[in-house]
Amino acid sequence: MKILVVDDETDIQTLFEQRFRKEIRDKEIEFAFAFSGEDALAYLDGHAHEAVLILSDINMPGMSGLELLDQIKHRYLKPPPVVMMITAYGDAENFNLAKQLGADDFLTKPVDFNLLKEKLKNIH
Amino acid sequence: MFLEYILAIIIIRYLRTVLQKEGLLQKWDRLLVAGMVVSVGLLITVAVISQSKIIGDFLINALLLYIVYLTSSVPDFRAAKTMGNAVLPYIIVSLCDELTMLISSSFYNAWSNYFTAASFFAVIWMVAMWMISRKQRKSLEQAQLKVLEKEKQYAVTESLKSELEVQVAERTAALTQQKEELQETLNELKSTQTQLIQSEKMASLGELTAGIAHEIQNPLNFVNNFSEVNTELIAEMKEALNKGDIEEAKLLAEDITANEQKINHHGKRADAIVKGMLQHSRSSGGQKEPTDINALADEYLRLAYHGLRAKDKSFNATMKTDFDESIGKINVIPQDMGRVILNLITNAFYVVAEKKKPLTPEGKLNPFFKDYLPTVTVSTRKAGDNVLISVRDNGNGIPPAVLEKIFQPFFTTKPTGQGTGLGLSMSYDIVTKGHAGELKVETKENQGTTFTVVLPGK
Repeated sequence: MKILVVDDETDIQTLFEQRFRKEIRDKEIEFAFAFSGEDALAYLDGHAHEAVLILSDINMPGMSGLELLDQIKHRYLKPPPVVMMITAYGDAENFNLAKQLGADDFLTKPVDFNLLKEKLKNIH
Repeated sequence: MFLEYILAIIIIRYLRTVLQKEGLLQKWDRLLVAGMVVSVGLLITVAVISQSKIIGDFLINALLLYIVYLTSSVPDFRAAKTMGNAVLPYIIVSLCDELTMLISSSFYNAWSNYFTAASFFAVIWMVAMWMISRKQRKSLEQAQLKVLEKEKQYAVTESLKSELEVQVAERTAALTQQKEELQETLNELKSTQTQLIQSEKMASLGELTAGIAHEIQNPLNFVNNFSEVNTELIAEMKEALNKGDIEEAKLLAEDITANEQKINHHGKRADAIVKGMLQHSRSSGGQKEPTDINALADEYLRLAYHGLRAKDKSFNATMKTDFDESIGKINVIPQDMGRVILNLITNAFYVVAEKKKPLTPEGKLNPFFKDYLPTVTVSTRKAGDNVLISVRDNGNGIPPAVLEKIFQPFFTTKPTGQGTGLGLSMSYDIVTKGHAGELKVETKENQGTTFTVVLPGK
């Protein structure tokens, strides 16, 4: 299972690699990282259909997570990848917008990794 | 000759007029009327019976002498003294005339020329004295009139003066009242100004809040998660040690240390954000301290961006930074300079966001809508001793009519309720008054605007 994580914070890579160290070691999950919406789209262009799940932050400079979501849902129709948005706590407006744009699930910051792992199991 | 009789009548009449003028007539009137009756009686008698002339002449001369005596000795008749002196020689000459004629008619006839000459001179004396006294009296009267006139003028001046004093007092009172009213108004304006400045700070703080919320969640995310990871890693390390796998335990320890550093880094980051927020809302009066301008500009650029993004979901702009790392630390009041940078950046974002809207504020189609890439660039540069902080946008530029007013307090192009109109005027004051610097603006129509803060080096 391949997951693309999109966030403008570069430390997110270290964090994910550590939190999923067992899963990565056991080759259960493979991660790719993009640090902007534009990067994410470029990655998807080069690795079509590889990523099963996209995890994206909403607040990013340049292309926002919502725009990225919109692009993904319109450009990659078959099969549409699962997109999980990371929203700020209590930001109902972004939550609703993301839902309208076709987001499959949501996480709030700070990210609860146990919850995330539960959700990943369900996707399997 | 009846000259003495007529003279007596004239003198008595004159005395009555004089006494009347001085208010003393009552006291002497009976005597004077009696004298008048006697004089007129004698005149008629002498005119009718020519033999009585000698006695009449004596009597009338005696009466005249008596009158002259009165004028010279009685104070009430002081005013007629000159007149007495005038007629006295004539009376004496007349008396001598008559006495001589009575004693020796032949002697009189022999010396008659001399007697005639003497009475002629006496008459001349009388006339001359009368004329002199008349003249003196007239000039005296004139002098008195002048004095009276002056007194009148003085009285008029006095009344004018008191009138003016009343007016001056009234005006002074009115002015004092006006001054107090103005002072009160000034105080009100001052307190209003303070309130407005505070509300401007609060407004920009509101713009920041969303940015701050976002900015603080990122470091918190790392702090929470890295510490949880470390708990797991420590458990794994214990397991490895129990197994005797020292190599694995050492690798895990290295990861734990790296994560601790990340926790520390992001904790400090959250701390700095909160401190920045507190500094921003704090009233000024801060001290100048060596400040990393690049870090300050970067921090506010991010806060402003996220703040705007939180308000307007469709907002999007490219942030560019071009920092000169050689500028070192500059002596500024951090919260004040931060406020200036934030204000310039917020304005720049507002301008590019407006240009990106599909419709212009006038409701026309925006010609730039499709191909326009909103970009805000923050740069620092060293120029001689000065340090320049520039905020550049690629918006529509500022029209010349607006450009003149941008630093005026309360001037804003934003819709009512969206801008206080104090941002740039406060920034201008902070840069010029607080830091002895300059705030420059360059603008090109449809190409954008650059605001540059010029800070003098030490």
